[in-house]
Amino acid sequence: MKHGDAPQDDSSTLEGQKKPLYVVNSDGVYTTELSSGWEAEEVVLDLAINQFQHQCQQARLRVEQGKTAPLEYHMYQRRMDITVLAQSTGFFKFQVKRHLQPAIFSKLSVKKLARYQQALGMTSVELQTLPLDEQQP
Amino acid sequence: MTAIEFDHQQTAHCESGAMSALLRHSGLNLSEPMVFGIAGALTFASIPLVKIGGMPMIAYRMPPGRVIKGLASRLGITMKFERFRDNDRGMQALDDHLDQGRPVGLQASVYWLPYFPKDMQFHFNAHNLVAYGRQQSDYLISDPTFEAPVRSNYQALQQARFVKGLLAPKGLIYYPTRIPAEIDLPKAIRRAIRSTTNMMLRTPLPFIGVRGIRSVAERIRAMGNHRQAQQDQNQLVIGHMIRMQEEIGTGGAGFRFIYASFLQEAAGLFDNPKLEGTSRKFTDVGDEWRRFALFSAKMLKGRMAFDYAQLADQLTLIAEMEADSYKSLREAI
Repeated sequence: MKHGDAPQDDSSTLEGQKKPLYVVNSDGVYTTELSSGWEAEEVVLDLAINQFQHQCQQARLRVEQGKTAPLEYHMYQRRMDITVLAQSTGFFKFQVKRHLQPAIFSKLSVKKLARYQQALGMTSVELQTLPLDEQQP
Repeated sequence: MTAIEFDHQQTAHCESGAMSALLRHSGLNLSEPMVFGIAGALTFASIPLVKIGGMPMIAYRMPPGRVIKGLASRLGITMKFERFRDNDRGMQALDDHLDQGRPVGLQASVYWLPYFPKDMQFHFNAHNLVAYGRQQSDYLISDPTFEAPVRSNYQALQQARFVKGLLAPKGLIYYPTRIPAEIDLPKAIRRAIRSTTNMMLRTPLPFIGVRGIRSVAERIRAMGNHRQAQQDQNQLVIGHMIRMQEEIGTGGAGFRFIYASFLQEAAGLFDNPKLEGTSRKFTDVGDEWRRFALFSAKMLKGRMAFDYAQLADQLTLIAEMEADSYKSLREAI
Protein backbone atom coordinates (compact mmCIF):
# COMPACT_ATOMS: atom_id res chain seq x y z
CA MET A 1 0.00 0.00 0.00
CA LYS A 2 1.28 3.43 -0.94
CA HIS A 3 1.39 6.51 1.24
CA GLY A 4 -1.84 8.41 0.62
CA ASP A 5 -3.78 5.18 0.01
CA ALA A 6 -4.47 4.39 3.66
CA PRO A 7 -8.28 4.22 3.79
CA GLN A 8 -10.02 7.18 5.41
CA ASP A 9 -13.57 5.87 5.73
CA ASP A 10 -14.23 7.37 9.20
CA SER A 11 -15.39 4.09 10.74
CA SER A 12 -17.89 4.76 13.49
CA THR A 13 -16.58 1.63 15.22
CA LEU A 14 -13.26 3.34 15.91
CA GLU A 15 -15.05 6.23 17.67
CA GLY A 16 -12.67 8.78 16.20
CA GLN A 17 -9.56 6.73 16.93
CA LYS A 18 -7.03 6.37 14.16
CA LYS A 19 -4.66 3.51 13.63
CA PRO A 20 -1.30 3.41 11.93
CA LEU A 21 -0.75 1.33 8.83
CA TYR A 22 2.60 0.50 7.25
CA VAL A 23 2.78 2.15 3.83
CA VAL A 24 5.43 2.87 1.20
CA ASN A 25 6.25 6.52 0.43
CA SER A 26 7.09 7.92 -3.02
CA ASP A 27 10.77 6.98 -2.55
CA GLY A 28 9.77 3.36 -1.90
CA VAL A 29 10.61 3.67 1.80
CA TYR A 30 8.33 2.22 4.50
CA THR A 31 6.68 4.62 6.88
CA THR A 32 3.35 4.71 8.72
CA GLU A 33 0.15 6.52 7.88
CA LEU A 34 -2.88 6.96 10.11
CA SER A 35 -6.14 5.48 8.87
CA SER A 36 -9.57 6.49 10.14
CA GLY A 37 -10.94 3.08 9.24
CA TRP A 38 -11.69 0.94 6.22
CA GLU A 39 -15.16 0.17 4.97
CA ALA A 40 -14.30 -3.47 4.20
CA GLU A 41 -13.27 -3.93 7.81
CA GLU A 42 -16.39 -2.18 9.07
CA VAL A 43 -18.61 -4.54 7.04
CA VAL A 44 -17.22 -7.67 8.68
CA LEU A 45 -17.21 -6.10 12.13
CA ASP A 46 -20.88 -5.11 11.74
CA LEU A 47 -21.63 -8.66 10.67
CA ALA A 48 -20.16 -10.03 13.90
CA ILE A 49 -21.94 -7.48 16.09
CA ASN A 50 -25.28 -7.97 14.32
CA GLN A 51 -24.98 -11.66 15.05
CA PHE A 52 -24.82 -10.93 18.80
CA GLN A 53 -27.69 -8.45 18.54
CA HIS A 54 -29.82 -11.01 16.80
CA GLN A 55 -29.01 -13.68 19.41
CA CYS A 56 -29.73 -11.17 22.16
CA GLN A 57 -33.18 -10.32 20.79
CA GLN A 58 -34.05 -13.97 20.29
CA ALA A 59 -32.95 -14.76 23.84
CA ARG A 60 -35.08 -11.94 25.23
CA LEU A 61 -38.16 -13.34 23.52
CA ARG A 62 -37.48 -16.82 24.87
CA VAL A 63 -36.95 -15.46 28.40
CA GLU A 64 -40.28 -13.66 28.20
CA GLN A 65 -41.92 -16.88 27.10
CA GLY A 66 -40.32 -18.69 30.03
CA LYS A 67 -38.32 -20.94 27.74
CA THR A 68 -34.89 -19.90 28.91
CA ALA A 69 -33.24 -18.16 31.84
CA PRO A 70 -32.14 -14.50 31.76
CA LEU A 71 -28.61 -15.90 31.87
CA GLU A 72 -28.84 -16.63 28.15
CA TYR A 73 -29.73 -13.03 27.38
CA HIS A 74 -26.83 -11.74 29.48
CA MET A 75 -24.45 -14.20 27.85
CA TYR A 76 -25.13 -12.78 24.38
CA GLN A 77 -25.36 -9.24 25.71
CA ARG A 78 -21.78 -9.69 26.93
CA ARG A 79 -20.79 -10.97 23.46
CA MET A 80 -20.26 -14.50 24.68
CA ASP A 81 -21.55 -17.87 23.60
CA ILE A 82 -21.87 -21.10 25.58
CA THR A 83 -18.23 -22.03 24.97
CA VAL A 84 -16.86 -18.66 26.11
CA LEU A 85 -19.20 -18.52 29.10
CA ALA A 86 -18.18 -22.03 30.12
CA GLN A 87 -14.49 -21.14 29.80
CA SER A 88 -14.82 -17.93 31.74
CA THR A 89 -16.78 -19.49 34.60
CA GLY A 90 -14.93 -22.80 34.74
CA PHE A 91 -18.17 -24.76 34.24
CA PHE A 92 -18.48 -27.48 31.63
CA LYS A 93 -20.55 -26.62 28.59
CA PHE A 94 -23.20 -29.19 29.52
CA GLN A 95 -23.51 -27.52 32.93
CA VAL A 96 -24.00 -24.09 31.36
CA LYS A 97 -26.63 -25.56 29.04
CA ARG A 98 -28.44 -27.01 32.05
CA HIS A 99 -28.21 -23.73 33.92
CA LEU A 100 -29.96 -22.00 31.04
CA GLN A 101 -33.17 -23.90 31.91
CA PRO A 102 -35.33 -21.51 33.96
CA ALA A 103 -36.29 -24.11 36.60
CA ILE A 104 -32.66 -25.03 37.22
CA PHE A 105 -31.33 -21.50 37.00
CA SER A 106 -33.74 -20.26 39.69
CA LYS A 107 -32.41 -22.88 42.10
CA LEU A 108 -28.70 -22.24 41.49
CA SER A 109 -26.65 -21.96 44.65
CA VAL A 110 -25.25 -18.59 45.66
CA LYS A 111 -21.78 -19.93 44.96
CA LYS A 112 -22.54 -20.94 41.39
CA LEU A 113 -24.39 -17.69 40.74
CA ALA A 114 -21.32 -15.83 41.98
CA ARG A 115 -19.21 -17.46 39.28
CA TYR A 116 -21.59 -16.15 36.64
CA GLN A 117 -21.65 -12.72 38.29
CA GLN A 118 -17.87 -12.58 38.24
CA ALA A 119 -17.55 -13.70 34.62
CA LEU A 120 -20.29 -11.39 33.36
CA GLY A 121 -19.45 -8.48 35.65
CA MET A 122 -22.94 -7.99 37.08
CA THR A 123 -24.82 -8.16 40.38
CA SER A 124 -26.97 -11.13 41.31
CA VAL A 125 -30.17 -9.11 40.83
CA GLU A 126 -29.09 -7.99 37.36
CA LEU A 127 -28.18 -11.54 36.47
CA GLN A 128 -31.60 -12.89 37.43
CA THR A 129 -33.68 -10.32 35.60
CA LEU A 130 -34.03 -8.86 32.14
CA PRO A 131 -33.14 -5.18 31.83
CA LEU A 132 -36.20 -3.07 30.94
CA ASP A 133 -34.51 -1.36 28.04
CA GLU A 134 -32.87 -3.17 25.23
CA GLN A 135 -29.12 -2.99 25.76
CA GLN A 136 -26.79 -3.13 22.82
CA PRO A 137 -24.41 -6.04 23.08
CA MET B 1 0.57 8.68 43.11
CA THR B 2 3.36 7.55 40.85
CA ALA B 3 4.17 8.67 37.36
CA ILE B 4 7.11 7.45 35.39
CA GLU B 5 8.31 9.36 32.34
CA PHE B 6 7.16 7.06 29.61
CA ASP B 7 7.46 7.63 25.88
CA HIS B 8 4.12 6.51 24.46
CA GLN B 9 4.10 5.48 20.82
CA GLN B 10 1.19 4.11 18.87
CA THR B 11 1.98 0.97 16.90
CA ALA B 12 0.10 -1.30 14.53
CA HIS B 13 0.21 -4.43 16.66
CA CYS B 14 -0.15 -4.58 20.43
CA GLU B 15 2.42 -7.20 21.40
CA SER B 16 5.28 -5.94 19.23
CA GLY B 17 4.32 -2.41 20.30
CA ALA B 18 4.38 -3.16 24.03
CA MET B 19 7.67 -5.04 23.72
CA SER B 20 9.27 -2.31 21.61
CA ALA B 21 8.12 0.31 24.17
CA LEU B 22 9.46 -1.62 27.18
CA LEU B 23 12.83 -2.12 25.49
CA ARG B 24 13.02 1.52 24.42
CA HIS B 25 12.40 2.51 28.03
CA SER B 26 15.37 0.31 28.99
CA GLY B 27 17.57 1.94 26.37
CA LEU B 28 17.28 -0.49 23.45
CA ASN B 29 15.77 1.13 20.38
CA LEU B 30 14.16 -1.32 18.00
CA SER B 31 11.38 -0.40 15.61
CA GLU B 32 8.09 -2.28 15.79
CA PRO B 33 8.72 -4.12 12.48
CA MET B 34 12.19 -5.17 13.75
CA VAL B 35 10.64 -6.58 16.92
CA PHE B 36 7.97 -8.39 14.92
CA GLY B 37 10.38 -9.76 12.32
CA ILE B 38 13.15 -10.90 14.66
CA ALA B 39 10.58 -12.61 16.87
CA GLY B 40 9.59 -14.61 13.79
CA ALA B 41 5.97 -13.71 14.43
CA LEU B 42 4.67 -13.93 10.86
CA THR B 43 2.72 -17.02 9.90
CA PHE B 44 -0.44 -18.38 8.41
CA ALA B 45 -2.45 -21.02 10.20
CA SER B 46 -5.99 -22.24 9.83
CA ILE B 47 -7.23 -25.15 11.89
CA PRO B 48 -10.96 -25.62 11.22
CA LEU B 49 -11.46 -28.03 14.11
CA VAL B 50 -10.15 -25.60 16.70
CA LYS B 51 -12.92 -23.11 17.36
CA ILE B 52 -12.46 -19.67 18.86
CA GLY B 53 -15.69 -17.90 19.74
CA GLY B 54 -17.52 -20.46 17.62
CA MET B 55 -15.37 -19.65 14.59
CA PRO B 56 -12.62 -21.79 13.06
CA MET B 57 -9.22 -20.72 14.27
CA ILE B 58 -7.34 -18.64 11.73
CA ALA B 59 -4.18 -16.66 12.36
CA TYR B 60 -1.80 -14.50 10.38
CA ARG B 61 0.73 -14.33 13.17
CA MET B 62 2.18 -16.69 15.77
CA PRO B 63 0.24 -17.30 19.00
CA PRO B 64 0.23 -14.56 21.65
CA GLY B 65 3.41 -14.43 23.72
CA ARG B 66 5.59 -15.47 20.82
CA VAL B 67 6.71 -11.91 20.00
CA ILE B 68 7.98 -11.34 23.54
CA LYS B 69 9.58 -14.74 23.97
CA GLY B 70 10.86 -15.06 20.40
CA LEU B 71 12.55 -11.68 20.47
CA ALA B 72 14.01 -12.20 23.94
CA SER B 73 15.52 -15.57 23.05
CA ARG B 74 16.99 -14.39 19.73
CA LEU B 75 18.62 -11.30 21.27
CA GLY B 76 19.60 -12.83 24.60
CA ILE B 77 17.32 -10.52 26.58
CA THR B 78 16.17 -11.85 29.96
CA MET B 79 12.49 -11.24 30.64
CA LYS B 80 10.70 -11.69 33.91
CA PHE B 81 7.18 -13.12 33.76
CA GLU B 82 4.88 -13.06 36.79
CA ARG B 83 1.50 -14.76 36.95
CA PHE B 84 -0.90 -14.82 39.87
CA ARG B 85 -3.56 -17.06 41.25
CA ASP B 86 -4.95 -14.38 43.48
CA ASN B 87 -6.42 -11.19 41.95
CA ASP B 88 -5.56 -8.93 44.86
CA ARG B 89 -1.96 -10.09 44.98
CA GLY B 90 -1.70 -9.56 41.24
CA MET B 91 -2.92 -5.99 41.62
CA GLN B 92 -0.61 -5.41 44.60
CA ALA B 93 2.37 -6.66 42.60
CA LEU B 94 1.51 -4.21 39.83
CA ASP B 95 1.34 -1.35 42.35
CA ASP B 96 4.71 -2.36 43.78
CA HIS B 97 6.36 -2.28 40.36
CA LEU B 98 4.89 1.13 39.59
CA ASP B 99 5.92 2.47 43.01
CA GLN B 100 9.46 1.34 42.26
CA GLY B 101 9.35 3.32 39.03
CA ARG B 102 9.20 0.32 36.74
CA PRO B 103 6.77 0.31 33.80
CA VAL B 104 5.56 -3.21 33.10
CA GLY B 105 3.84 -5.06 30.30
CA LEU B 106 0.42 -6.54 31.08
CA GLN B 107 -1.76 -9.09 29.36
CA ALA B 108 -5.46 -8.31 29.50
CA SER B 109 -8.83 -8.93 27.88
CA VAL B 110 -9.92 -6.32 25.35
CA TYR B 111 -13.54 -6.75 26.41
CA TRP B 112 -13.14 -5.32 29.91
CA LEU B 113 -10.76 -2.44 29.19
CA PRO B 114 -12.91 0.67 29.64
CA TYR B 115 -11.05 2.85 27.15
CA PHE B 116 -11.73 0.58 24.17
CA PRO B 117 -14.47 1.71 21.76
CA LYS B 118 -17.55 -0.45 22.32
CA ASP B 119 -17.42 -2.00 18.87
CA MET B 120 -13.87 -3.19 19.37
CA GLN B 121 -14.58 -4.97 22.65
CA PHE B 122 -14.49 -8.68 22.01
CA HIS B 123 -13.43 -11.55 24.24
CA PHE B 124 -9.83 -11.56 23.17
CA ASN B 125 -7.79 -12.25 26.28
CA ALA B 126 -4.30 -11.70 24.96
CA HIS B 127 -4.12 -7.95 24.46
CA ASN B 128 -0.88 -6.27 25.53
CA LEU B 129 -0.37 -2.91 27.16
CA VAL B 130 2.12 -1.11 29.37
CA ALA B 131 1.19 0.28 32.80
CA TYR B 132 3.47 3.14 33.80
CA GLY B 133 1.85 4.91 36.73
CA ARG B 134 -1.07 5.55 39.06
CA GLN B 135 -3.01 8.71 39.66
CA GLN B 136 -5.73 8.77 42.32
CA SER B 137 -7.67 5.59 41.61
CA ASP B 138 -6.63 5.37 37.95
CA TYR B 139 -3.85 3.45 36.30
CA LEU B 140 -1.88 5.29 33.63
CA ILE B 141 -1.58 3.09 30.59
CA SER B 142 0.41 3.25 27.41
CA ASP B 143 -1.70 1.06 25.14
CA PRO B 144 0.08 0.69 21.80
CA THR B 145 -3.26 0.49 19.98
CA PHE B 146 -4.14 4.07 20.93
CA GLU B 147 -2.84 7.42 19.76
CA ALA B 148 -2.47 8.87 23.26
CA PRO B 149 -1.94 7.36 26.73
CA VAL B 150 -5.16 6.11 28.35
CA ARG B 151 -6.45 5.29 31.84
CA SER B 152 -8.29 2.51 33.56
CA ASN B 153 -9.80 2.24 37.01
CA TYR B 154 -8.80 -0.52 39.44
CA GLN B 155 -11.94 -2.63 39.07
CA ALA B 156 -11.89 -2.75 35.27
CA LEU B 157 -8.17 -3.44 35.06
CA GLN B 158 -8.51 -6.23 37.58
CA GLN B 159 -11.37 -7.81 35.63
CA ALA B 160 -9.42 -7.48 32.36
CA ARG B 161 -6.26 -9.04 33.85
CA PHE B 162 -8.00 -11.95 35.53
CA VAL B 163 -10.60 -13.16 33.05
CA LYS B 164 -10.70 -16.90 32.74
CA GLY B 165 -10.87 -18.94 29.58
CA LEU B 166 -8.90 -19.26 26.40
CA LEU B 167 -5.48 -17.54 26.66
CA ALA B 168 -6.38 -16.47 30.20
CA PRO B 169 -3.83 -13.81 31.23
CA LYS B 170 -3.68 -14.89 34.90
CA GLY B 171 -2.61 -11.37 35.72
CA LEU B 172 0.54 -11.65 33.61
CA ILE B 173 3.15 -8.94 34.28
CA TYR B 174 6.36 -8.88 32.23
CA TYR B 175 9.45 -6.71 31.94
CA PRO B 176 13.08 -7.01 30.82
CA THR B 177 15.61 -7.62 33.60
CA ARG B 178 18.79 -7.86 31.54
CA ILE B 179 19.63 -6.57 28.08
CA PRO B 180 23.04 -7.61 26.73
CA ALA B 181 25.41 -4.72 25.99
CA GLU B 182 26.39 -6.25 22.64
CA ILE B 183 23.60 -7.43 20.39
CA ASP B 184 24.36 -9.27 17.15
CA LEU B 185 21.40 -7.96 15.19
CA PRO B 186 22.39 -9.36 11.75
CA LYS B 187 22.77 -12.87 13.14
CA ALA B 188 19.39 -12.68 14.88
CA ILE B 189 17.74 -11.38 11.71
CA ARG B 190 19.18 -14.19 9.57
CA ARG B 191 18.04 -16.83 12.00
CA ALA B 192 14.59 -15.27 12.28
CA ILE B 193 14.09 -15.10 8.52
CA ARG B 194 15.23 -18.69 8.08
CA SER B 195 12.83 -19.91 10.72
CA THR B 196 9.90 -18.01 9.16
CA THR B 197 10.62 -19.25 5.63
CA ASN B 198 11.02 -22.80 6.91
CA MET B 199 7.69 -22.67 8.67
CA MET B 200 5.86 -21.15 5.74
CA LEU B 201 7.32 -23.46 3.10
CA ARG B 202 8.19 -26.69 4.85
CA THR B 203 5.74 -27.38 7.67
CA PRO B 204 4.47 -30.87 6.91
CA LEU B 205 0.93 -30.04 7.99
CA PRO B 206 -1.81 -28.96 5.61
CA PHE B 207 -3.03 -26.07 7.77
CA ILE B 208 0.19 -24.13 8.33
CA GLY B 209 2.08 -21.84 5.98
CA VAL B 210 1.55 -21.63 2.24
CA ARG B 211 -0.18 -25.04 2.29
CA GLY B 212 -2.56 -23.60 4.85
CA ILE B 213 -3.54 -20.79 2.49
CA ARG B 214 -4.11 -23.31 -0.30
CA SER B 215 -6.28 -25.49 1.90
CA VAL B 216 -8.43 -22.51 2.94
CA ALA B 217 -8.82 -21.68 -0.75
CA GLU B 218 -10.10 -25.19 -1.40
CA ARG B 219 -12.47 -25.05 1.59
CA ILE B 220 -13.92 -21.79 0.29
CA ARG B 221 -14.28 -23.27 -3.18
CA ALA B 222 -16.19 -26.20 -1.67
CA MET B 223 -18.55 -23.82 0.13
CA GLY B 224 -20.08 -23.02 -3.26
CA ASN B 225 -21.59 -26.52 -3.30
CA HIS B 226 -23.00 -26.40 0.23
CA ARG B 227 -26.74 -26.40 0.68
CA GLN B 228 -28.55 -23.12 1.21
CA ALA B 229 -29.00 -23.55 4.97
CA GLN B 230 -25.24 -23.57 5.33
CA GLN B 231 -24.67 -20.26 3.53
CA ASP B 232 -25.22 -17.93 6.50
CA GLN B 233 -22.61 -19.79 8.52
CA ASN B 234 -20.20 -19.83 5.56
CA GLN B 235 -20.48 -16.08 5.21
CA LEU B 236 -19.84 -15.60 8.93
CA VAL B 237 -16.69 -17.71 8.56
CA ILE B 238 -15.42 -15.57 5.69
CA GLY B 239 -16.26 -12.42 7.63
CA HIS B 240 -14.32 -13.82 10.56
CA MET B 241 -11.33 -14.50 8.34
CA ILE B 242 -11.29 -10.89 7.14
CA ARG B 243 -11.63 -9.62 10.70
CA MET B 244 -8.59 -11.59 11.78
CA GLN B 245 -6.75 -10.24 8.76
CA GLU B 246 -7.61 -6.60 9.22
CA GLU B 247 -8.69 -5.95 12.75
CA ILE B 248 -6.65 -3.60 14.92
CA GLY B 249 -3.10 -4.64 15.18
CA THR B 250 -2.17 -6.21 11.89
CA GLY B 251 -0.48 -3.21 10.31
CA GLY B 252 -2.94 -3.99 7.50
CA ALA B 253 -3.18 -7.09 5.34
CA GLY B 254 -2.55 -9.78 7.91
CA PHE B 255 0.85 -8.43 9.06
CA ARG B 256 2.37 -8.66 5.55
CA PHE B 257 3.11 -4.91 5.38
CA ILE B 258 4.78 -4.84 8.77
CA TYR B 259 6.94 -7.77 7.63
CA ALA B 260 7.83 -5.99 4.39
CA SER B 261 8.91 -3.01 6.47
CA PHE B 262 11.09 -5.30 8.60
CA LEU B 263 12.73 -6.76 5.47
CA GLN B 264 13.44 -3.29 4.14
CA GLU B 265 15.05 -2.22 7.40
CA ALA B 266 17.11 -5.43 7.41
CA ALA B 267 18.14 -4.83 3.78
CA GLY B 268 19.50 -1.43 4.77
CA LEU B 269 21.44 -2.98 7.64
CA PHE B 270 23.00 -5.66 5.42
CA ASP B 271 23.23 -3.37 2.39
CA ASN B 272 21.53 -6.20 0.52
CA PRO B 273 19.55 -5.14 -2.59
CA LYS B 274 18.11 -8.66 -3.00
CA LEU B 275 16.52 -8.41 0.41
CA GLU B 276 15.13 -5.02 -0.54
CA GLY B 277 13.55 -6.75 -3.54
CA THR B 278 11.82 -9.32 -1.33
CA SER B 279 10.44 -6.49 0.77
CA ARG B 280 8.63 -5.26 -2.35
CA LYS B 281 7.28 -8.76 -2.94
CA PHE B 282 5.75 -8.78 0.52
CA THR B 283 4.20 -5.38 -0.13
CA ASP B 284 2.56 -6.87 -3.24
CA VAL B 285 1.36 -9.88 -1.25
CA GLY B 286 -0.16 -7.54 1.33
CA ASP B 287 -1.96 -5.64 -1.42
CA GLU B 288 -3.45 -8.90 -2.71
CA TRP B 289 -4.62 -9.82 0.81
CA ARG B 290 -6.36 -6.46 0.97
CA ARG B 291 -7.97 -7.12 -2.40
CA PHE B 292 -9.25 -10.43 -1.01
CA ALA B 293 -10.73 -8.56 1.96
CA LEU B 294 -12.33 -6.00 -0.31
CA PHE B 295 -13.96 -8.60 -2.58
CA SER B 296 -15.23 -10.51 0.45
CA ALA B 297 -16.68 -7.40 2.05
CA LYS B 298 -18.46 -6.40 -1.15
CA MET B 299 -19.94 -9.87 -1.48
CA LEU B 300 -20.99 -9.98 2.16
CA LYS B 301 -22.63 -6.60 1.76
CA GLY B 302 -24.45 -7.77 -1.37
CA ARG B 303 -22.75 -5.26 -3.67
CA MET B 304 -21.24 -8.11 -5.65
CA ALA B 305 -22.75 -11.54 -6.34
CA PHE B 306 -21.40 -14.05 -3.84
CA ASP B 307 -18.82 -16.00 -5.76
CA TYR B 308 -16.88 -18.54 -3.71
CA ALA B 309 -14.81 -19.55 -6.75
CA GLN B 310 -13.57 -16.00 -7.21
CA LEU B 311 -12.51 -15.77 -3.56
CA ALA B 312 -10.80 -19.14 -3.81
CA ASP B 313 -8.96 -18.02 -6.99
CA GLN B 314 -7.80 -14.87 -5.24
CA LEU B 315 -6.48 -16.93 -2.30
CA THR B 316 -4.72 -19.32 -4.66
CA LEU B 317 -3.02 -16.35 -6.29
CA ILE B 318 -1.95 -15.15 -2.82
CA ALA B 319 -0.57 -18.62 -2.01
CA GLU B 320 1.49 -18.59 -5.25
CA MET B 321 2.85 -15.13 -4.48
CA GLU B 322 3.64 -16.03 -0.87
CA ALA B 323 5.47 -19.20 -1.94
CA ASP B 324 7.52 -17.18 -4.40
CA SER B 325 8.28 -14.50 -1.77
CA TYR B 326 9.57 -16.97 0.83
CA LYS B 327 11.69 -18.71 -1.79
CA SER B 328 13.41 -15.52 -2.88
CA LEU B 329 13.77 -14.59 0.78
CA ARG B 330 15.70 -17.82 1.40
CA GLU B 331 17.96 -17.01 -1.52
CA ALA B 332 18.51 -13.42 -0.47
CA ILE B 333 19.69 -14.19 3.03
